[in-house]
Parts: sequence; C-alpha cells; structure tokens
Amino acid sequence: MAEHVILRHRDLEGLDQLEVYLEKGGFGAFESIVKKKSPQQVIDIVKKSGLRGRGGAGFPTGVKWSFLTPDVFPRYVIANADESEPGTFKDREIMERNPFQFLEGVAICAYAAQANVAYIYCRGEFWDLSQELDRKIEQLKERGLLGKKLFGSDYSLEMYTHLGAGAYICGEETALLESLEGKLGQPRLRPPFPAAEGLYGKPTVVNNVETLTNLPPIIDRGAEWYSSIGTEKSTGTKVFSVSGNIERPGNYELPFGTTFRELIFKHAGGIPNGKAIKAILPAGASAPILPATEEVLDTRMDYESVVEVGSSLGSASLIVIDETVNIAWVEYKITDFFEHETCGKCTPCRDGTYWMKNIFERIMGDAAQPHEIDLLHSVGLGIQGKSLCALGEFAALAVTSAVERFRPEFDLHVVDDSSKAA
Amino acid sequence: MSVTLTIDGTSVTVPEGTLIVNAAKRMGIDVPVFCYHPKMEPVGMCRVCLVEIGRPARDRATREVLLDDSGNPVIQFGPNLELACATPVGEGWQVRVASEKAIQGRNQIVEYLLTSHPLDCPICDKGGECPLQNLTMGHGPGESRFLYDDKIHFAKHVPLGELIYLDRERCIQCARCTRFQDEVVDDPVIGFYERGRRLEIITYSDPGFDSYFSGNTTDICPVGALTTADFRFGARPWELNSAASICPHCPVGCNLTLSTRREARQAGRDVIKRVMPRQNEHVNEIWICDKGRFVHHYAQSPERLTTPLVRVSGTLVKASWEQALTRAAEGLKEGGKHSIGIASGRLTNEDLFNLRVLLGELGGKAILSDAMAGGNLVQRYGVGVGTNLSSLGKGDAALVIASDLHEEAPIWWLRLKQAAERGATLIVANARATRLDDYAQHILRFAPGEAVHTALGLLQVIGGDPELARFEGDRELKTAARAFKRASNATVFFGQEGLNYAGTEALARACALVIEAKGGLGEPNNGLVAVWPRANTQGAWDMGLRPDPGGLNGALEGAKAAYIVASDPAGDGSASLDKLSTLIVQDLFLTATAELADVVLPAQSFVERAGTFTNGERRVQRLYPAVSEPSGSLPDWKIVAEVARRLEVGLEDTAAPLVFERIASEVRDYSELSYDGLAAVEPQWPQVGGADLYFGGTAYANKQGLGVQLAPRRSGRPLKWKAPPRASAAQDLLIVPVTKLYDRGGTLRSSRLLEARIAPLQMTLHPSEIERLGLSEAEEAEIRWDGRVERLKFTPSTDVPPGSALVPRSVGLALLEPTPVTVRRPES
Repeated sequence: MAEHVILRHRDLEGLDQLEVYLEKGGFGAFESIVKKKSPQQVIDIVKKSGLRGRGGAGFPTGVKWSFLTPDVFPRYVIANADESEPGTFKDREIMERNPFQFLEGVAICAYAAQANVAYIYCRGEFWDLSQELDRKIEQLKERGLLGKKLFGSDYSLEMYTHLGAGAYICGEETALLESLEGKLGQPRLRPPFPAAEGLYGKPTVVNNVETLTNLPPIIDRGAEWYSSIGTEKSTGTKVFSVSGNIERPGNYELPFGTTFRELIFKHAGGIPNGKAIKAILPAGASAPILPATEEVLDTRMDYESVVEVGSSLGSASLIVIDETVNIAWVEYKITDFFEHETCGKCTPCRDGTYWMKNIFERIMGDAAQPHEIDLLHSVGLGIQGKSLCALGEFAALAVTSAVERFRPEFDLHVVDDSSKAA
Repeated sequence: MSVTLTIDGTSVTVPEGTLIVNAAKRMGIDVPVFCYHPKMEPVGMCRVCLVEIGRPARDRATREVLLDDSGNPVIQFGPNLELACATPVGEGWQVRVASEKAIQGRNQIVEYLLTSHPLDCPICDKGGECPLQNLTMGHGPGESRFLYDDKIHFAKHVPLGELIYLDRERCIQCARCTRFQDEVVDDPVIGFYERGRRLEIITYSDPGFDSYFSGNTTDICPVGALTTADFRFGARPWELNSAASICPHCPVGCNLTLSTRREARQAGRDVIKRVMPRQNEHVNEIWICDKGRFVHHYAQSPERLTTPLVRVSGTLVKASWEQALTRAAEGLKEGGKHSIGIASGRLTNEDLFNLRVLLGELGGKAILSDAMAGGNLVQRYGVGVGTNLSSLGKGDAALVIASDLHEEAPIWWLRLKQAAERGATLIVANARATRLDDYAQHILRFAPGEAVHTALGLLQVIGGDPELARFEGDRELKTAARAFKRASNATVFFGQEGLNYAGTEALARACALVIEAKGGLGEPNNGLVAVWPRANTQGAWDMGLRPDPGGLNGALEGAKAAYIVASDPAGDGSASLDKLSTLIVQDLFLTATAELADVVLPAQSFVERAGTFTNGERRVQRLYPAVSEPSGSLPDWKIVAEVARRLEVGLEDTAAPLVFERIASEVRDYSELSYDGLAAVEPQWPQVGGADLYFGGTAYANKQGLGVQLAPRRSGRPLKWKAPPRASAAQDLLIVPVTKLYDRGGTLRSSRLLEARIAPLQMTLHPSEIERLGLSEAEEAEIRWDGRVERLKFTPSTDVPPGSALVPRSVGLALLEPTPVTVRRPES
C-alpha cells in the first residue's frame, strides 16, 4: 500500500513527537470541528464515511454514536485499549508509534458525543504504554489541546488512562465499564446498551483504538475520500495483525477487500520452510477456523465476505497454521485460553468451557474414546446462542468449527478400544 | 397500559413491563430460574429460563405489522432462545416455554450446572427443599455425560462469619446473595472473587458477613451453598414440622415459621431447629432480620424455669402449682387495692388482658413497664387499614423521628429505605446520624433530647398554630415540612431516643398533630406508628395497660403486693422492690427480680403457646404453639386466671381463643376480631415455598393468617400540643441510652451464636468532648450521677453531637433514660 492512514508513523519519521505531529497538521481536525462544526455534523460525517468498529463487531461507528440518549449528561467516551485477543497487536503499535493521532481521535469522538471526560482503558500489561500516554496527555494539556474552553470555545475535555487488572473479558465493552467503575469485570445484561446507560449509568461511547485513530484523517480529508477506500460496505483500511507460521509476522495496513492470499503470500512473505498452509484463524481465537482452501485464500477480507466462507473477520488478527500443526492441539490451546478467561458470570460459558477443556485434556492425553469427540462437539453446540456475551459464543464456535472441518485431526488422538481388542 | 400475548398458546393480559417469567408464573406456567428472584432486578446470568419468543413481523419502512393470507400477524421467531427473566412482554408476542427447542436449551443449562456441582444432596442441608435438586428432576438430562471423578473439589465449610457458612462446591454463582446484600439491604459486604469456575463468594467485612439481614441469603440461595450456623447439619427438611409464629423481638411483627423436630436426645421433646420467615407482604414480605432468626435458643434453654418456687425461710424452694398459686393469691388478697401488676409488651394480648382485669377487680392497677408514651394516640392516629410500606413511593412521605430503625426495627428500616428508593420523601430527624440518613431526602438534626422542638417546628409549618412560633425551625426543617404536607400519603414513625417518658408523651402528641394537620387520617399509608421497645407494647395499651408517668418507683409508692410479669425492674434498675410485702414474679428465667420474689411462677415462651400480638402498625396477628411446653410451665394468661380463680375473679382459663373472645367482647377496637378472622389468608405475590421455592426461596407460604389491621378510632377529645419538658440541669454530659439490635437482654443470653456481635459496653462521644473532659490519655472515664459512680470505656465518633454520649441499652449499665452526668478521668 502506498500510503498509510493508521500506521502513518511508518511513512513519517518521529510522528510520536508532538512537535512533529503538529507540524504534519496534527490536531487540525479537532480544532476545526470544535470551531466550525456541531457535534451532529461530526456524527453525520462519520456515518457517511462508512467507518465501522475495529474491535471485532464491525458496527457502524456513526450509528453507534447516534444512539446516545438525547439530553442526558454527563456523557463519557472510552477508548477500548484492552487489546487482548490472541494474535492481535495493532492497537499497541498505534498507541506506541502514532499516539497523537489516536488521542486526537479520542478528542474528536468526545466532541461528537458531547462528552467532557474520556477514558483510555488499557489492559494491565500496557503499564509502560499507559505511563507514556499520560505524559502525552500532559503535553496536550500544556499546549492547550486538552483542558477547559478549547480553542476559545465553550467545549472542555479531560482525558485519563485507566489500567485493567489482566482480564480478557474486560475488552467486552460492558465488562470494561464494570471494571472502570471499580467492580468485578463481568459483562452487563443488555439492553440497556452503553449508549443509553453506560459508565455510571450515563450515555457512553466505547470505541476501539483503531476505530478512533481513523477519525482525524476522516475529518481532514472527508467522508468521500475515506469511503473510496476498501469495499462498498467495509470502507477504509484495516490493520491486519499476522502471526503464526508466517515468514514476516507483523501488522499490515491494507484496504478492506484485500484477499487472504495477497496478505499472506505477497505482504507477509508466505509460509516459512516451504511448508503448505493448512488453516487460518482470521480473528485470533474468536472466530471459526478456516481450512486454507483455494476458495478461502481468494476470499476478500471484509466483514461480509469472510462470513460467507464460514467465519468472521473480527479484529482481523490472522493466525496462520501450516501443515505441521495439529488442529486439535490448536483448539485445545484456544479452549484453554477461554476457560482461563471466562468471567464465570453465565453458566454455559463458565461450565461449558471448563467441560470442553476437560474433554480436550483427555483427547490430548490420548485417553479419550471416539464418542468423546462427538461429546465435545455437542457441548460446544450447547453453549452456542445461550451465553450472556460473545465470549462464550466464540469459545464454542472455535471448537465446533474445528471438529466439523478437521475431524481427522481429532481422530488421531483417540483410542478406539474396540479396534485395539480386535 | 396492559399487554396481551400468548404463552404456550394461552392468551394472557398483563401490565406493561411485566417480565415473561412473571407473566407465565401468574398463569401457572413455571419457567425455571436460578439467578432471577422476583424481589430483585434481573441479571440474566444463569441462563436457565430460556424460552422461544416470536414477535410480530413489521414492514421495515412503515413499521406496520405484516399480515399473512388469513389476516393474522406474521410471527417471527429469532434463531436463539431468549431469557424469560430479563425480557419484558410485548404486544402480540408468542412465547413458547414447552417447545422442544426451549426444553432442550434449558436441559443443557442444567447439565452444565451439574458439571460443577458435587451432588452431595444426601448430606446437604438444602436437600429436600433445593431448587437445583427439584429443577434437575424436572429439567435435567437424567444421566451425566460429565465424568464424575473429574469434578473440582474445594474445601467446604468456609465461614463467611459466625452466622453463615459457604460451601463453594455447591455454589452455582447465581449472585442472588451478593445482589440481595447490595440491592436490597445495602450491606455490600460479600462479593465474588476470582473468575470462571474459580469464582467464589468472599466477605469484605470484619466481622465477616456483617449485616443484620444475612440469614435471608440462605433462604434465596437456590442451592446448599449458604447455610446458617444455626441449622447446618441440624435436620433434614422433610423431618421438620412447622408452626406459624410472630417474631417477639420488635414492633414490626414479622411472620415466622418455626421448624421443629422431635428428638431422642431431648427425651422425645420437640426442638426448634430453625426460625424461617413466613410471607406477609404487608408486614415483612419474605424477609426477617438475624435477631429474629437466630435468637430463639432462649425459648428452649435449660435455664428456663420449669417449676414454681416459693420463699420459705428466706430462700426460694420448689413448690407445687397449688402451693404457689395459693401463696400468690393470698399475697394479692392482702394487698387488695394496694396491689400492682407490672407487665411488658413481651406478653400476648391474652396475657395482658387477663392481668389487667385481675388487677382491676382487686381495685389495684396494672401498668406497663415499657416507658414510652403514645399508645392511646396510635389508637386514634394510627395508620389506616390496608397500609403497606412496600406500596409507598413517589409522592408519599415518611418521617422518622428519635429512632434508629436499623437497630430498633430492621425490617421497617429496610422497607422505608426501599420506599425512598422508589421515590418516597423520607425525612429522618434525630440528634445523631443513623443508617436511615443515607436514603433520606431531608435530614433534620436537633440537640440531644430536643426531638419535641423539631416535631413542633414541623407542626408549625404543617398545622400553622401561631402559638408555635417559638419552635420555628431552620430552612431545611421548613422544606421538609412542606414536602411532608404536599405528600399524597404520609406516615410518622416516632421513637424514644434521647427522651424520658414525659418527652415521649410530648413527642407522640406533636407527631399525632402533625398527622392530623396533614390530613388523610384513616387512609391507608397515612398515620402514626410508634417504634415501641417491644413486640406487643401497642397490644398492651390496647388491653388497657399504660406506663405510670411517675415511673415504676412512682407506681410502687404505697404498694403492698406486686405481680410482675415478663419484666425485670430489679435487673434493669428501674424500680426498687424492697418495700413490698408480697412480690410475685412470673417469667421464663430466674431474673434478678425473680430472685427477690416470694413466689415465682414459670411461664411459657412464645414457641409454646397460642396468642396474639398487635404490631406497631396495629395489625393483630396470631402465633401458634410450635412445641410442647417444658413440663411445669403454663401460659401467662392461664397462670393469671388460676390466681384469679383463687380470688374469686372469673377469668377465661381454658384456652387462648376463649380469652380472645372475651377481649373481642370487652375491648371495643377488637370487637370485630376472631381467631378465625386472624387466620384468613389471600394469595400473595411473589409465590414462595413449596413448589415455588426455586422462584421465591424457602420463606414459608402463609397459610396460617395475615392478621387483621385495626382501623384508627374516629373519635376523641381535641388534642393539644404540649411544650417540651424542661431539660435536666446541665452537667458535663448527657448520657443517652440507645437501642442496639444485639444487646444483653434476656433473650440473647442463650444465643451463643450472636455473642460476638453484642454491642460492647462503652460510651461513644465526640472527639472534642474527649479532649474537653481531659480523657484523651485515659482508658476509661468515671461517670457520676444520682450518687452512682461507674467506670466506662469510651470511643470517639464524630456522629455523636457534642454535649452528649451514647451508651447501648441493656448491655450492662442500668440506665433507662437520658441522664446528665459528671465525667472525669479516673484516678488510677
């Protein structure tokens, strides 16, 4: 890709320095909307741009903002920087290398939502990063880019970072709100959605770091420019995190609609050691596993196309799996992860992930009977459609899809007593 | 607005906002629940209430309902099952509870739950009345696909405090207990720790699980995870017999069920195994406080008196009933019109009635030892028939003055707190901060002992008597008074904190006049409620007993014979009894007063006898015998009647219902009442107990009577307010006795469980007072009054206004009313 929208630091040296960022026109977008545009006008621009949430769900960002309960204040904006999905490491690069564009995005969102306070909720492991963000926020305050009566207007904005305590579930927006309020990080029952009753019961916008980082260029260059990138329904660029059996793991910013093949083989250098690709996890642990068929490799990576081949794009963190890896082992690791991370609030996820892990341990320990693979599949199916938040759903989909698509890899581990006897 | 939908094909119309689970319940369709509880907000955690929901399809553009060829709305069912507990009904919806898909979904949830459950039902206290057990029978898969040997094991029997134990293996993480503590009673002292399968309940408080309502969590726990220290491993539920009762500890009158079992260890006697709430939505809903639940051991204590005693040659010796009754009768005969009866509101109406009639026939008098005035005013200005504190909300007002309801009447505290949360205007007036302040819209502070000034200040605004100008209050008081005046319904709860008898009399009058001036007298949720020191103090007034304005010593002036029932004036220091020629004491225990007696008559406790109590809201309620009496004791009304017979005074002596019939014929307010009427019940919501215990918990369904609320009397002489009694001469400090839920009164002496929670004997005072009195370096303070000298520990609190110090009642310092004292640092 010729030009980065999000990973602009790769094109511009020293962009993580405020002076450089300002020199390149930074905070011009924020200043211009505060001076010249109403919050509603900003929401309309973002709606028109087609920007969709990069946290995984792909919900249209401007539409989400427009659900804020009218006339209820204070409101809050939260940047979801609890980047915890296995294989996802894009927000970290953005915040480390292009922090001011992200912070300006937070400011634009806060203005559109008419919030005077914004929180950046970082995963606990981002301790050093959040310290750095605190310093950056301080710099912005010193420069009059945050604080009271900005740019001579009546609009004031304060920003704070907040560290989680090490829980994957706190990336789920309502669990994040609970955690931010100082409570145990467990998702809330919805409705009400955060836009109606969020932080401290007030209308709240929660957006992913990458989503927010898209805002300054959208304001600067217009909705039409933005929607001209990508596909019709998935506009703009996406930062794809690629890991696993891959020659050049890393983040790649490409337009939506790029194919798996192009990303894996052209940009990321293909599979090392001449091995063949076997499968792709397109969204870290949180989407059904895809066999790397020709059809799948030629699938365009946008929110709609990946669903059509039986998975979802999620946060676009590709874990590439080659022929040397046993898929049952992959799913065991994923199940182990979900069992460790389930918050325990709802029964199917709490007890279902535990049960699946229990069966996996028997399978991987070569102690399982053939029918236990069916049991595993059945336990996964039983979770689906019943859990309180998406975590349970993802945990189940990972397993059921793998059993359905890679059954022989599971069969390798089971002992059939009847055949032994023969 | 109402909504019509069909559930399993049957049409039902319910109010808008009704949750599907409740709509189904009202039509007799049970959707299983674990985390949902009808007294709490839904959380949708356990996922067992899954149903299919079909909604009328709408045109995307016009939002019009789409119709099929035959003109019926097209119903669309979503791909996923939905929660009956968290989804409010919608017009035209079709809900399927009994569909194959819904049943399969629920069965799966139960199967998941059981993977983490130890299935130790045979040794579990909840076994036999366990929602998980029952729902497993109804919805479980029948056999386990989970390998039993792979279950996780945790150490069981984790004490969350002295009262409640946690079994972590059995916990299904439904959070009913933590939400009850948080949402309902606002003691968020327990919570979840860790996550996933490792989630467990922990306590944050010291002492552990520090809440007056903790026992209720064991009732709503849908498994055997929380059990009480009192009942655990005590009996199997199916072995228990139950009897309805009324809590004898405070004027709320919570409905109880006493669970009993005959035990070989007790020589075949019935033993109280546990005390459970019995549903009365007008009184206690489905809750009781921990005092009501755990303080029953005194009733079956081995220290109970089981035989009459008479004094022979200076010592009390065992005697036959005949000897004792004859001796008592002789003493009273000799006393004649100089006989006095002294009784407390711990007794039933039947006991008090007989005692009052007997003393009246002798020409003497029967007086009440509970030194608080106003029972006659509650008869006139009490709350109207149909009063229900849980119906108070927006537009209503309640004033609580000179009382700490959290300590004195916890369930009233809870219900007024909830009324305030529903939007009622709560006004709390006291000399110090109390736990009800947190929910009050108006907090009125007055100087210690000056409750009457505040009440008259309120009356000045509400009633407008120009003579009251000198009691004009500050802006906050006036705002509160105006809010009270504006309210659609208004109640006043008055207590006795910081007041002597004359003070309570003036306060009761002022409060009655506030009610009168406000208007609405006789209407439900309007009127005067006295926060009495005992369960049946109002009944005592109704039966014709009242305190002597001169106190017990005044009443005893010139008395020759005294018949003291359920009172311990020698123990609490309220009277000297040494000038009597005959002292008859009738009680459960050999009290300090009984030790001085010439005749001691052993009475029955509330668990052994029938009777009625009249609560602070003037609801007359029945208690039933739960266990056979310890051989030797008799009900108070019976003993009194036996004494009366020997004095040729005719009293009902065969059965409590017959005494009550006589009450109905002689006490005008009770003329419409009968035992049958008091036993009447009607359906209540939510449904609890029996087959509904998964829904509402193990509180017992009320089959034995909701009681009858008395209407306030409509007549009476015009009432005039009284000026506050003059304050006692100033000394160093005014010591104010305050009521604590757990004290060292006679009923707690046998409850070892609560020992650690009993309020310590110490005085609490403002830090500046400690400084001023030069106590800062001392460990104790020496206080002097009326020639008495005591040493007391003390502790600072900024909640106590300067000039006063608080000392708990009945924990060792015999001090009944606010008393000015001198204070100094003791010389070591």
